[in-house]
Amino acid sequence: MADLRVNIAGVEFKNPVITASGTFGFGQEYARIYDISRLGGISCKGTTLHERPGNPAPRIAETPSGILNSVGLQNPGVDAFIRDDLPFLKKQNTVVIANIAGSQVEDYVETVRRLQGSGVDMIELNISCPNVKEGGVSFGTSAKSVENITKQVKAVAEQPLMIKLTPNVTDITETAAAAEAGGADAVSLINTITGMKIDINTRRPILKNNTGGMSGAAVFPVALRMVWQVANRVKIPVVGMGGITKWQDAVEMLLAGASAVQIGTANFTDAYTPLKVIAGINEYLDAHGEKSVSDIVGKVQVW
Amino acid sequence: MVQAYFKIQSVEKLNASTYSFVIDCPVLARESWCGRFVNIQCGEKTLRRPISISEIDQANGTITIVFEVRGEGTAWLATRKAGDELNILGPLGNGFFPDKDKPAIFIGGGIGCPPMLGAAQDYGENAEAILGFRSKEQLILLDKFKRCCQSIAVTTNDGSYGTKGFVTDILKDKLHEKPDCVVYACGPMPMLKGVAAMCAEYNVQCYVSLEQRMGCGIGACLVCACKTQEQDGEHMRHVCKNGPVFDAKEVDFNG
Repeated sequence: MADLRVNIAGVEFKNPVITASGTFGFGQEYARIYDISRLGGISCKGTTLHERPGNPAPRIAETPSGILNSVGLQNPGVDAFIRDDLPFLKKQNTVVIANIAGSQVEDYVETVRRLQGSGVDMIELNISCPNVKEGGVSFGTSAKSVENITKQVKAVAEQPLMIKLTPNVTDITETAAAAEAGGADAVSLINTITGMKIDINTRRPILKNNTGGMSGAAVFPVALRMVWQVANRVKIPVVGMGGITKWQDAVEMLLAGASAVQIGTANFTDAYTPLKVIAGINEYLDAHGEKSVSDIVGKVQVW
Repeated sequence: MVQAYFKIQSVEKLNASTYSFVIDCPVLARESWCGRFVNIQCGEKTLRRPISISEIDQANGTITIVFEVRGEGTAWLATRKAGDELNILGPLGNGFFPDKDKPAIFIGGGIGCPPMLGAAQDYGENAEAILGFRSKEQLILLDKFKRCCQSIAVTTNDGSYGTKGFVTDILKDKLHEKPDCVVYACGPMPMLKGVAAMCAEYNVQCYVSLEQRMGCGIGACLVCACKTQEQDGEHMRHVCKNGPVFDAKEVDFNG
């Protein structure tokens, strides 16, 4: 049994597998299927200052080896999250990451301010939601605004701050470097890639929002490339996600430079995916004589 | 709620594109009741396919699912044979709770008929059913409805079987006859909208089972949204967790 523990910005995770924001709610539903304390961490559903109803349905479409979604940040608002959802999560003996979204810098700052003293272990700043006009992606596409929002949120956050980056940019290493310059303790990537699907009979997009964010196995090679590039650019830890469906994908992410991984869409295909990935990483490490998961982070030998 | 592999006991083809599977799954059957559904992995597809439970046999530990081939996922499912195992997540959703003290009318439209069969069986021998289909070729489960219901009326859009027209044409007379009844319905959105409007007009309680494109199936991903108008205001509910069965007067059919 290898040592699966990882430390990201001072937060200790019992293993490097975290469930990704938006796919796992606030944990209660999947807790009815398995013991979620076995997870390294849970990144909660994107939460905003005030309640949001989200976009009209349909909000999901299946695409080759993946999906498009346009949920539009439906959530009960940060106060309801703290009151109704956090008490359950805090009892689960796993790292709780609050994922925060907003439409202006002041909203992000105020939302994070309200989370102070709440017991949340880490903050993941979602500046990359593609499904809401002001859903943060406007902050996430320019290096200057990434640095600015990181700096302002960092000033009020006692918890380590992780910035979730959008792949819908020309050069993701620029926004990653900007997050680092702004004082981020970690970056996570990738959020979804903007996509579209049309019903050829009705000639209408499947999604009521017309476009949505693509995720699932189809995006994995893109995500892996971006994680590798970012890990080579910044000194802060990188949490890799995007299309991980099996332990081999997670090992690739770790080798590319991710200190931990997040699993999202694969939960829908097989609820046990995160547990299978944890077990698979452990077996891989044992088989390769590695004592600790951190020993393989960034160990890809490039040509 | 469980996610596990369960064996298909038997397969029956009900019409050109509709299949019925009896699944050996005592664990699922125990927690199943009419109107609930299961979410089934279909080959290499990323998303599971939500399929409503049609019949439940607690004594034998089986459930019956009936599905129509609509796309690649259900096409894969249709190629499964007796003895094959399916990865099933379920049972899910709230389901129907037929009020046995009141007359009940069960309305099914096309592939919306299967869950109504289980609901009618649960209700008992005085159930009345109205079933609508596009045409004679699409008829399913009539014999089973006949066996458990006091009366059944069938409509087809083209008049090739039963009464030409829509289920609402029959429902109108029923509501005149039995103003104290409760209506339970599952079928295409335009049908449910029509049924709900008619029940509202006659001030009859109506429950509808809705369909929406789903992700997780358990209430975590929030994609299968359904707008409702409830006493305390507007809500964005979710078909998988808050439904699939909703009080028709709360559903915003235009949302």
